[in-house]
Amino acid sequence: MFFLVLSLALLVSDLKLRYLDAFRQGLSVLAYPLQMAAATPADFVRNASDYFASLVRLQIENKELKSRQLQGGERLLRLEQLEQENRHLRTLLEARERQPVKSTVAEIMYTAKDPFSRKVILDKGAQAGIEAGQAVVDDVGVVGQITRVFPMQSELTLLTDKDQAIPVMVVRSGLRAVLFGSGDGLMELRYLAANADVQPGDKIVTSGLDGVFLAGLPVATVARVERDQAQTFARIPCLPAAGVERFTHVLVLGHRESLPARPPEVEPVAGKIKGRKARPAKD
Amino acid sequence: MQPTNRSRRILLPVKMWFVYTTLFIALFLNYIPTGHLPAVPDFVALVLAFWCVREPLKIGIGAGFVFGLLTDIGVGAALGQHAFAYVLVAYAANELSRRVLWFTPVEQALHVLPLLFLSQLVMVIVRLMAGAEFPGWWMFFGSFVAAVLWIPLHYVLLLPQYQPVERDDNRPI
Repeated sequence: MFFLVLSLALLVSDLKLRYLDAFRQGLSVLAYPLQMAAATPADFVRNASDYFASLVRLQIENKELKSRQLQGGERLLRLEQLEQENRHLRTLLEARERQPVKSTVAEIMYTAKDPFSRKVILDKGAQAGIEAGQAVVDDVGVVGQITRVFPMQSELTLLTDKDQAIPVMVVRSGLRAVLFGSGDGLMELRYLAANADVQPGDKIVTSGLDGVFLAGLPVATVARVERDQAQTFARIPCLPAAGVERFTHVLVLGHRESLPARPPEVEPVAGKIKGRKARPAKD
Repeated sequence: MQPTNRSRRILLPVKMWFVYTTLFIALFLNYIPTGHLPAVPDFVALVLAFWCVREPLKIGIGAGFVFGLLTDIGVGAALGQHAFAYVLVAYAANELSRRVLWFTPVEQALHVLPLLFLSQLVMVIVRLMAGAEFPGWWMFFGSFVAAVLWIPLHYVLLLPQYQPVERDDNRPI
């Protein structure tokens, strides 16, 4: 009975209150050697399959990578010039400089076994400077966010995890919204009015309002738009842009520049207690 | 003849280090990253149920709780999820042990199946209440596989307790 109550208490404090990260860290150090040992057979299978990959497939991949590098190189050349110009204009406008973001390449070791969530384990952890909350991208778009960091590994929650949210913008109309994972490998634009300007095929990028993701990273494409007049909001399922469930290497982006300081709280007007009406202060 | 309560076979007393070693091996098997592969049995629940049925006086819900926490950490589940389910499994197995041990291993497996199924059901309910996605019905297939594994397990885990065959004509047993 005692243990039942204890485990229920643990569950509540972990799932609802998130108190237990230090405790989990401690226990994970204990479990780590066993975990490493258990991951070995999986590594072995993966390496073996790499080893026996056919020559033809590698050649095709090589060709594809070369052409992509060429395309990328051309854009990179322009980017440098644009960055220069951007810096110049920003100094002219006296805007804050955008800091370059430090990033780390990490490899996905395996999918976490918990069948209730969509998480993967990366092979870089706190020792490589990874922190919880960092954004993770692959070569096409946003993949997810680091949720837990262990000394040698970290846990990446995919965008398609249920209720994983990311602030986004519809490129075509400039509409801002929040994109949620819907749990079945798709994502969903929620809380958009039934007549919102969204069409199937619209590209969705990060809006950067959260201070975590850089603005303009591709996130998803609108799959279809279901406008039901009976409901206030449209139902808009979206397909993830990045290979959210099939990549091997990802890029963990460093934290973005710090947000501007919050505007100072408005001084509460003396004597204004009753009701929600704000009276102009007389002085 | 398998050593159930009906058989005349007498076993050596169990060694606790062997019990915990097998539990750690099961934990190791649980840690193998199989991803979302369907029908992977929960080895710790199975071995725990086995020892709780065989040795109700020596192992019980305490071990269930500790190994549940270790499983939670290893597989990235919510902390306390497996602990909760394993405490229930250990309790039920302890209670059932007087009855279950009268049956043959196959019939025992049929007794253990609902136990393991229930532990998974509890985990699903707990996680759904916390707002996770439903993982699909294939997940429950794991407990059927585990119940089938009960039969070989019955041979393997009792192996160290078999007495050496030394026939002594003066002592009939």
